[in-house]
Amino acid sequence: MKRRALTTKLIRDLLHLRAPLIAIAIVMACGVGGLVMTRTTSESLRASLDAYYDRYRFADLFLSLKRAPEAIRPEIAAVPGVAQIETRVSIGVTLDVPGVIEPAVGRIISIPDDRQPSLHRLFLRNGRLPDPDRHGEVVVSEAFAEALGIGPGDTIDAVINGTRETLRITATALSPEFVYAIQPGGFVPDDKRFAVFWMPHRQLAPLYDMEGAFNDLIVKLSPGAREQAVIDGIDALLDPYGGTGAYARDEQISHLFISDELAQLRTMGTVMPSVFLFVSALLVNIVLARLIRTQREQIAVLRSFGYTRLQIGSHYLAMAVVVAVVGALLGLVFGAVLGKFMLALYVKFYRFPIVLFEFGASAAAVAIAATTAAAVLGAIHAVAGAMRLPPAEAMRPEPPGRYHASFIDRIGLLRRLSPSTKMFLRHVERRPLRAMVSIVGMSLSISILTMGTYVSDAIDYLIEYQFVSTQRYDLSLGFTEPRAGASVFEVAALPGVIDAEPYRAVPVRIHHNHLSERQSIIGVQRGATLERIIDDRGEPIVVPPTGLVLTESLASQLKAGPGDTVTVEVLEGQRPVVECRVEALARTYIGSAAYMSIDALHGVMREGDVASGVHLTFDSAETAPLYRRIKDTPQIASTTVKRASLDSFEETLAESILIMRSFNLAFACVIAVGVVYNSTRIALAERARELATLRVLGLYKGEIAAIFYGELALLMLMAIPIGLTCGYYFALTMSALMSTETHRIPFMLTPQTMAFALAVVLAAAIVTALDTRRQLDDLDLIAVLKDAS
Amino acid sequence: MTKVYGRGPSAVHALRGVDLDLYPGEFVVMLGPSGSGKSTLLNILGGLDVPTSGSVHYRDHNLTDNSDTALTRYRREHVGFVFQFYNLIPSLTARENVELVTDIARDPMPALDALDLVRLRPRADHFPSQLSGGEQQRVAIARAIAKRPEVLLCDEPTGALDAETGIAVLEAIARINEELATTACIITHNAVIAQMADRVIRLSNGQIAGVERNTHRVAASELAW
Ligand SMILES: Nc1ncnc2c1ncn2[C@@H]1O[C@H](COP(=O)(O)OP(=O)(O)OP(=O)(O)O)[C@@H](O)[C@H]1O
Ligand SMILES: [Mg+2]
Repeated sequence: MKRRALTTKLIRDLLHLRAPLIAIAIVMACGVGGLVMTRTTSESLRASLDAYYDRYRFADLFLSLKRAPEAIRPEIAAVPGVAQIETRVSIGVTLDVPGVIEPAVGRIISIPDDRQPSLHRLFLRNGRLPDPDRHGEVVVSEAFAEALGIGPGDTIDAVINGTRETLRITATALSPEFVYAIQPGGFVPDDKRFAVFWMPHRQLAPLYDMEGAFNDLIVKLSPGAREQAVIDGIDALLDPYGGTGAYARDEQISHLFISDELAQLRTMGTVMPSVFLFVSALLVNIVLARLIRTQREQIAVLRSFGYTRLQIGSHYLAMAVVVAVVGALLGLVFGAVLGKFMLALYVKFYRFPIVLFEFGASAAAVAIAATTAAAVLGAIHAVAGAMRLPPAEAMRPEPPGRYHASFIDRIGLLRRLSPSTKMFLRHVERRPLRAMVSIVGMSLSISILTMGTYVSDAIDYLIEYQFVSTQRYDLSLGFTEPRAGASVFEVAALPGVIDAEPYRAVPVRIHHNHLSERQSIIGVQRGATLERIIDDRGEPIVVPPTGLVLTESLASQLKAGPGDTVTVEVLEGQRPVVECRVEALARTYIGSAAYMSIDALHGVMREGDVASGVHLTFDSAETAPLYRRIKDTPQIASTTVKRASLDSFEETLAESILIMRSFNLAFACVIAVGVVYNSTRIALAERARELATLRVLGLYKGEIAAIFYGELALLMLMAIPIGLTCGYYFALTMSALMSTETHRIPFMLTPQTMAFALAVVLAAAIVTALDTRRQLDDLDLIAVLKDAS
Repeated sequence: MTKVYGRGPSAVHALRGVDLDLYPGEFVVMLGPSGSGKSTLLNILGGLDVPTSGSVHYRDHNLTDNSDTALTRYRREHVGFVFQFYNLIPSLTARENVELVTDIARDPMPALDALDLVRLRPRADHFPSQLSGGEQQRVAIARAIAKRPEVLLCDEPTGALDAETGIAVLEAIARINEELATTACIITHNAVIAQMADRVIRLSNGQIAGVERNTHRVAASELAW
């Protein structure tokens, strides 16, 4: 009988408090959902990648070289720790893609004549492997085929080693080597302008004078092999053949990008939602605790009737658990659905044969445990507090507040203030915890909004920095082989070219103390304007006559700074080893490099005036003729069209980050609104009796509204600086945590972002005010005189 | 006037045709069994509620078809309330609780004078939690009288108090009634208190069951129960 009445009370309370309880559940759902969504995305990508690498035999070591005879294969295979090798011919080609006016480039890689390669096996989406006896048959990368809408049976023209060849497509395929397929020197996929082809060795080798030879090696290590020892063994064998140094997965372009992206995603997807989860858990705790505390007299009455602590405790815990379960379930559904959506977005530019959907179960478990614990703890805390009351207190409707004359009273500061101001100040002073809770809630709202928004400022800044401040060229051509400096004049003479500046890029290994990094040294002209190097204050750096300029990221990897001397081991040509002083540090957000004056670099290389490529600006009216000429130019390994890279950057990386941000932002908004809404609703519940009394005493509706909202406004005013400060540090931490080798997110907090965060919280406050204003106007003046709650 | 709560079969007829005049300076005590409609009547007199039918006038104001703002102004300018549960603001001292009213009244007495009338001046800077129940009730009375109300309405002001404290509270009310010529209307279950009144009104089942006029008013200090 007793239990039945209590259950009825539970249901009535849940219904009566539905608005704040639903708001709590939604806040929880956002915390749980944010975490589950991002973890689902990153774990699915990770699982898909691992499965792909395993099934399609992604290599462990990679090496490109000039030309080595096949006869050396047994020696490579005999290096201790080598399990399996594949020797290949890999060449850069210029493509003439019908319908695409910009020049495109491709890479043709040889495959064994009659079988799948043993490493980097191809996943054929359709079609068949090329016939080794038929000239020009190739498998093409799926991304390119899709971008162009071509498939088996179609042909495409390529300039291979100066000769125009027609390639006939027999299949479209994916390879673990090109999960993230980008042009040399690029950083985002541009599917229309970069193709990978696979051609039987028998057909490809003669085109490039590679019969019985190879220029590319991939190696699978045996389990337990020591990576560095194998690298050393292989380098010793192949350095004489122009090897540029074997490297492991962590320097393989596709893998590097995807693992950086995964790391970043994991950070973005863990830190931010964890903060959300933490904030929402905290709020749920606080809000539920306060909600239950408004029922303390009821608790005391029930106790005085002889209900046990356990009965009352479980009554309120049931309330907490119902809310937690609803919130968590909502969050799981949210998280899983959005995770699937995010994943679909990512696999648009990370290509997998099969995408495994890996529900972020561990994250979900953590999220549910955290929110439920927060709810239950909030409930227990409040119920325990209420139960410490002697039941006798129930006989008095209003628990007498423990107010004493305080410091501010004693110094007489309050004397001249109006009673309503005094009431407020006393509230704050004597129930600092309550005021603090409101302030904490609102300032956390502001700060998570700031953290959720700043990323788009950062991306805007990054784009501006990358594509306006540093890359000032319209087009950059990379040659397959270094060419005489005179070729720059040929390029300068192409139609429409306004300005042309050569650059030299040399593969090196830079050593500092025991640390070393494989990198490129970019030699730039001292007066170069088309690719600027910028320091941490945004000032252009003029390359020093000798010595190096390192990007900050490279410097921190090498733990080297200005004034330090590093050892540069060149991996090309005569492979000189020289000592260089670090003269300055450059700031970049995408990629890292070392810069040197081009003349100094020629000196190091003991070579004449040669260039690895050329940056140029051109008159856009001449675009078509210029591109047509470039398409016929042999020996071009890469063509970076700024417009196109900017577009694809915005379409891919920026888009995924911004979409992730939108979700996070949406969650932050909901949490912020939920917090403001709930703390206002609860403040009203707590103050209803007092405000009604004031109404009875003759205060107008407007006057009590001014008292009530005035307090909230003042608390919000206090929350703003705290919230913005926290937001600043949240964002700063996020930026630091998100930097990876390939890209970093600049830290950038604009007044607009701060204004936005404030606007959302303010809007939430206004909406809540409008909503509670009705309740405030409809306060039951008579009821408040009759009973307490 | 009548007052009906709810409608249809579950409607409660709290007041079934009450016709009543209260005169300036009069001390009225209202008696009646629980549920007879005393509080309902008092709330309507105080402008906290409006009757379902009929009308209520205060001097030349019609309190029946008035807006909430007008009713609030009536409460603010003319009425003092004392409630059974004191309803003090716990975050304000005794003096500040009184100031709550004097700040908005047209011609209030100084808050300390009001506390003097209930003999609580020495406790002016104490908070409700530092006062006994009877003292809190006296603060509530000081708060009600500080504006020099024309009408003082008290709903069971001694309900929660012992005899001695109750008498102290009643004394305070009587003084206001005499010194300020305030119309006082007091609800009580304690028939003894009726001896203080000029008029005793008995309510029963939503109707006035009887009105008695006392020829001799007994001072509060002489009451005993
Ligand atoms: N809000 C309401 N809704 C429905 N009925 C109500 C409401 N308020 C009062 N009543 C009913 O109106 C009648 C009169 O109530 P009122 O409070 O005036 O009685 P009372 O004479 O003051 O009683 P008591 O001495 O117990 O305080 C009662 O039957 C009560 O149940
Ligand atoms: Mg009553």
